[in-house]
Amino acid sequence: MNAQTLTYREALRAGIEQALEDDERVFLMGEDVGRYGGCYAVSKGLFDYYGEQRIIDTPLCESGFVGVGIGAALGGLRPIVEVMTVNFSLLAMDQIVNSAATLRHMSGGQFNIPVVIRMACGAGRQLAAQHSHSWENFYAHIPGLKVLSPATHSDARHMLGQALRDPDPVIIFEHVMLLNESGEVSELPEADMESALVRRQGDDLTLITYGGCLNKALAAANKLAELNISAEVVDLRCLRPLDTDTFLASVEKTHRAIIIDEGWKTCSLAGEISAIIMDQGFWTLDAPVKRLCTAEVPIPYPSHLEQAALPQVEQIVEMAQAIMEGR
Amino acid sequence: MDRENDNVKEIVMPSLGADMAEGMLVEWLVKRGDSVKRGDIIAVIETQKGAIDMEVYYTGVISEILHEPVVTLPVGTVMARVELTEASDREVAATAAPQMDTTVPEIDTAPQMDTTVPEIDTAPQMDITVSEINTAPQIDTTSPQVVTAAGRGSVIASPIVRKVALEKRLDLTSIKGSGPLGAILLRDLPETTKEMRVSTSASKQLSGVTKSMRGAIAAAMTKSKNEIPHFYQSLDIELSNALAWLKKTNEDRSPELHILLLALLLKAVAKTLTKYPDLNGFYQANQFVHAEEIHIGNVISLRQGGLVVPAIHHVDKLSVDETMQAIRDISARGRNGHLRSSELTDASITITNMGERGTDSVFAVIYPPQVAIIGFGKIRKTPQLVDGELVNSEVMSVCLSADHRVIDGMLGAKFLNALSKQLQKPELL
Amino acid sequence: MKNHEIKAVLLTAIQEIAPEIALEDIDLDEDLRDECDLDSMDFLNYLIEIKKLTGVKITEKDYPKVNTFKKMLAHLEQNIA
Repeated sequence: MNAQTLTYREALRAGIEQALEDDERVFLMGEDVGRYGGCYAVSKGLFDYYGEQRIIDTPLCESGFVGVGIGAALGGLRPIVEVMTVNFSLLAMDQIVNSAATLRHMSGGQFNIPVVIRMACGAGRQLAAQHSHSWENFYAHIPGLKVLSPATHSDARHMLGQALRDPDPVIIFEHVMLLNESGEVSELPEADMESALVRRQGDDLTLITYGGCLNKALAAANKLAELNISAEVVDLRCLRPLDTDTFLASVEKTHRAIIIDEGWKTCSLAGEISAIIMDQGFWTLDAPVKRLCTAEVPIPYPSHLEQAALPQVEQIVEMAQAIMEGR
Repeated sequence: MDRENDNVKEIVMPSLGADMAEGMLVEWLVKRGDSVKRGDIIAVIETQKGAIDMEVYYTGVISEILHEPVVTLPVGTVMARVELTEASDREVAATAAPQMDTTVPEIDTAPQMDTTVPEIDTAPQMDITVSEINTAPQIDTTSPQVVTAAGRGSVIASPIVRKVALEKRLDLTSIKGSGPLGAILLRDLPETTKEMRVSTSASKQLSGVTKSMRGAIAAAMTKSKNEIPHFYQSLDIELSNALAWLKKTNEDRSPELHILLLALLLKAVAKTLTKYPDLNGFYQANQFVHAEEIHIGNVISLRQGGLVVPAIHHVDKLSVDETMQAIRDISARGRNGHLRSSELTDASITITNMGERGTDSVFAVIYPPQVAIIGFGKIRKTPQLVDGELVNSEVMSVCLSADHRVIDGMLGAKFLNALSKQLQKPELL
Repeated sequence: MKNHEIKAVLLTAIQEIAPEIALEDIDLDEDLRDECDLDSMDFLNYLIEIKKLTGVKITEKDYPKVNTFKKMLAHLEQNIA
């Protein structure tokens, strides 16, 4: 398979471009996506090429324009709604949860809402308490939604296309710290939209993660290998529905698991995964399932405090060592 | 030991070998309230010699089950109680002593035969004093021995360890845990159990010589050589008549009815023993006790290595055909692991016969507490002088290993010669 | 039964007694008891298996005719009804 090297941002853009090319019903809408080229420059250049009918700058009103996107989807179009960051999605929560997620049910199946909502997420840019959230778990909680978390460049490139082909609402989370990173992009999707993937094989314990933490987990696995601990890394990719088969099979093999999740620990996705492992994989465990999450504080502004609050490679390594030593 | 009334009998962890100190209760085949009769198989016990079907010696109703599998218990531990339902059994119970050990005259309580106290102590002496009998393994009901997959009891182990323990019938109480709160983790398990992928039937077959079987054989043989002053005598026995008789008898027989020489040998030994009972019994507590019955142990080699030595009961009372049938039966069950506990404990003497794959002679090691073992060699064609003429002859060396505390050379020689005579008239066996 | 079927049946009978033996392990012209390490009890059980699988009864006087794999194969071919 041919591979290109792109930044994460460029991979996202390439995905949007292909979507616009493939299907004339597709269009992009959001704050500053058009003339400004996107606040993270993801849609840079697209307005000039595709014009204002297909790249739409919206007013600064999330509940309004997300509603418009839902309406467009109901009307037969295929909107890509960009919410600048997940932090602002709170303002459109009602639309997302009570319209997008539930109209199919409330209409007795008469209406599908084929909307894709893309949101930047995560911490690390010193955007402080109100702009650093990881709310994948909020949305993964809602029946009627699908939630994706592309952690690799290939997934950034291809998951959008897969999401657009889904007749029901899909939320895609794009971690801000990945945007500038370069990486290889495969020509075709690595897997179908709802599958998790084992990114690194191992025998001693399983690191389960998604999104911005994948690179940290892989880096930790490398460090652990030097310590003779063989860590398997599972990239969840799809957070609702969870590909439980993949991570349960991994835990069955290794008997130990750490879940790395940038959300806060309380009521986290990590907790959900831990419960699933306890429920369905209990008899395979040689140690309790551990969770490494963000500290239970609003994300601090100063860099050193922000980093102290977030999950780090050293913490993963230390947790892994503790488990292996039977502590 | 708990006082039991005449009506309620205790079922204890049996001693299935002189060297056995404990057994693992793996499965109950009965539950409280079930009726049982003498000879019924009521439990499966795992020993170093493999899985054994344990029989009950009473007829009655199971009134209590005291231990749940999977658990390792010292020999003599009361595992269950049975309430007798027949008066005759109450008497039988008082005299029955199929286990080899503690029927010492001083004891007047119904001998719960399985309290092999001396074997549990490290002292190699087999002295049993009355006080030792009374302090036979007390069942400590508070000891954390019960381990089930659900984890009742005080063994802490990770879920995967419990699962492996169940599958592989491990006794977790004997493993030290290195995890938090002393939990047993995977790495605490012995190397051989870490293979999680369940063995195929092929490797199950080949796992016959486990380290523990080898250990059991080692223990028994060492004990024998340490304690029993062996001496050896051999005699070449003419077998032409016996072989000719066999050939004729087998001529048109189907393979299921085919009689092997071994059957004749067993019958001959049994018959000879009725005349020389001093070779048929047990040496315990510095004295020899005659066995009332003639149960002959047979050494069976397992294909994958190792051996089992099940007994055929009452060989003197069986016909040659019945003896052959019994040989077929124990060979089959010896190989697939369904021997009964009585077969492993009741032998009053043992023979070993490797037949054509053996050697000219074999001087075997006595299985304590028996006092003799007879080894049969290969059949050899030799010329013999009969009435001044050379004739073709087929002979076999028969070797008696005997306990010199009980048997003298004169007796051994008489026995072998008498055995030889028996084998000259196969039709009378 | 055809030759290859009888061959399979024969191998099955052997493997009932000696599960670890494969066809490649056996020298077809050598005494089977030696090749497969069968004692007299094993040998009888093998004959019983053959009778069960093919109906052919083998008695002591037949032994010299059937002591190798090849010979047994030939004997069975002739005698299977």
